[in-house]
Amino acid sequence: MSLDTATVRRIAALARIRLEAAEVERMQTELNDILGWIEQLQAVDTAGVEPMAGAGAVALRMREDVVTDGGVAPRVLANAPDREGEYFGVPKVVE
Amino acid sequence: MTYTIEGRTGPWEIVVGLEVHAQVTSHAKLFSGAATAFGAEPNSQVSFVDAGFPGMLPVINHECVAQAVRTGLGLNAKVNLWSRFDRKNYFYADLPQGYQISQFAHPIIGEGVVEITLADGSAKNIGVTRLHLEQDAGKSLHDQHPQKSFIDLNRSGVALMEIVSEPDIRSPEEAGAYLTKLRQILRYLGTCDGNMDEGSMRADVNVSVRRAGEGYRTRCEVKNVNSIRFVMQSVEAEARRQIEVFETGGTVEQETRLFDTARGITRSMRSKEDAHDYRYFPDPDLPPLVIAQSWVDQLKAALPELPDVRRARYVAMGLSPYDAHVLTLERETAAYFEEVAAGRDAKIAANWVTGDLFAAINRTKTSIAAPPVPAAHLGALLDLLADKTLSGTLAKQVFEAMVEEGKSPGAIVEARGLRQVTDSGAIERIVAGVLDANTDKVAEYRSGKDKLFGFFVGQTMKAMQGKGNPALVNDAVKKLLG
Repeated sequence: MSLDTATVRRIAALARIRLEAAEVERMQTELNDILGWIEQLQAVDTAGVEPMAGAGAVALRMREDVVTDGGVAPRVLANAPDREGEYFGVPKVVE
Repeated sequence: MTYTIEGRTGPWEIVVGLEVHAQVTSHAKLFSGAATAFGAEPNSQVSFVDAGFPGMLPVINHECVAQAVRTGLGLNAKVNLWSRFDRKNYFYADLPQGYQISQFAHPIIGEGVVEITLADGSAKNIGVTRLHLEQDAGKSLHDQHPQKSFIDLNRSGVALMEIVSEPDIRSPEEAGAYLTKLRQILRYLGTCDGNMDEGSMRADVNVSVRRAGEGYRTRCEVKNVNSIRFVMQSVEAEARRQIEVFETGGTVEQETRLFDTARGITRSMRSKEDAHDYRYFPDPDLPPLVIAQSWVDQLKAALPELPDVRRARYVAMGLSPYDAHVLTLERETAAYFEEVAAGRDAKIAANWVTGDLFAAINRTKTSIAAPPVPAAHLGALLDLLADKTLSGTLAKQVFEAMVEEGKSPGAIVEARGLRQVTDSGAIERIVAGVLDANTDKVAEYRSGKDKLFGFFVGQTMKAMQGKGNPALVNDAVKKLLG
């Protein structure tokens, strides 16, 4: 499997990452290298092997249903580029 | 008997599936310790996790998992002991993480079923494909400023259950019945408050149309419909639009649409090019969600009685299927009825609740949750009927006084002297007086005019201000005339 430049541009657009024309080719090479590596991994026969979700804890730890956080609107809003009262302000988005 | 819409070129069937987003009833959010209460000051119930700050890690709320399992059990569905969270990637101002944590490939709940009842009395099973847990997004306000939208993240990270139905729904009525039943089940379980005005339940409505005998055609998704009535209307509006497209030689494109409630039509919502390209992948912050069968069994054992079971029990207690249905629609109504009926005649209790109480609720614009007459008072009234302190007519009078004054029936009976007269000697003396005053009518009666019997009973009751025991008055009239 290999990616064409149109697909690279589309992936970048979906991730909201701007790529200059010169960067597209470099990114295409890098992504294709990664995909090639995954293809190699896929050659391994994993039939009958449980999928591994991570190297850490085997299962999720859970929290109790207790309110322990919040009430910090000024801190939540502190780094907002735009702020309207206790709201975040953003360019108007209406469907 | 299939529901169809008549187009210019013949009848069309409709095919509908619903994705219902139900807010999980919990104190804290799905992955943070911030509160979920509705109507708080903007951004006051937001943790750094909910605001998508760098380096913050989600920790799942145990109760939200329990609520999903309870709901799954209530939908007769398969509970998956192993499930997993994925990231659904998209950009929107009310989604600070840049992705929604959801369960795409491995939901916690698998196939289930909801039985709906239609107006003609028939029942139908609607399949549930799956139920999964996911985060809600924040709220955007678009009407506060000419150039800006305002974002409140209080809802960001609140737990939702997305409940996906099979495309088994074939009419607007079935869509409404399914959503009504689902809401009823969730409210009985206590896993979602079902408050559609506050957005606790919203539906995405998938609609396609077809000719009889065909397979499925392309569907469109009508997003975020927030009432049962609008769901029914949007099904019909979208089906009619698609029929028009097909009948004018066009094709229906798969897309997301909005229901315009003011105009009663659907309209296209986003450009389709990027829609549904969410690039799901397992969330690396979250190991799999593994739960024990023993815990599921515990939750199952503690489930409340569900509406269908309760309705069947009421019918077995002697209620009509209709009364049983009406009394089980809302959990609060059933609880009220049970308190009134406890240790009393169930049928009489049902008649008073569905008759006089419902009428009083309508008249006083109250609700069963804050009823004009407490269940204990209505129960006490039925006791006064049962022990013949009150006749049926007097009981109605006392009930109205209870609505007016909020007092117990005992207090009203004492204060107004409404106690029924059951002293047959006293009744006979009054009957004798009535007969003496109407000797002409007594003669007519004795010469065969049987209908006058009612006249004597009526005159006696009038003389007693309605307080005579009806059966004893009847007996006395019969005896003295006989």
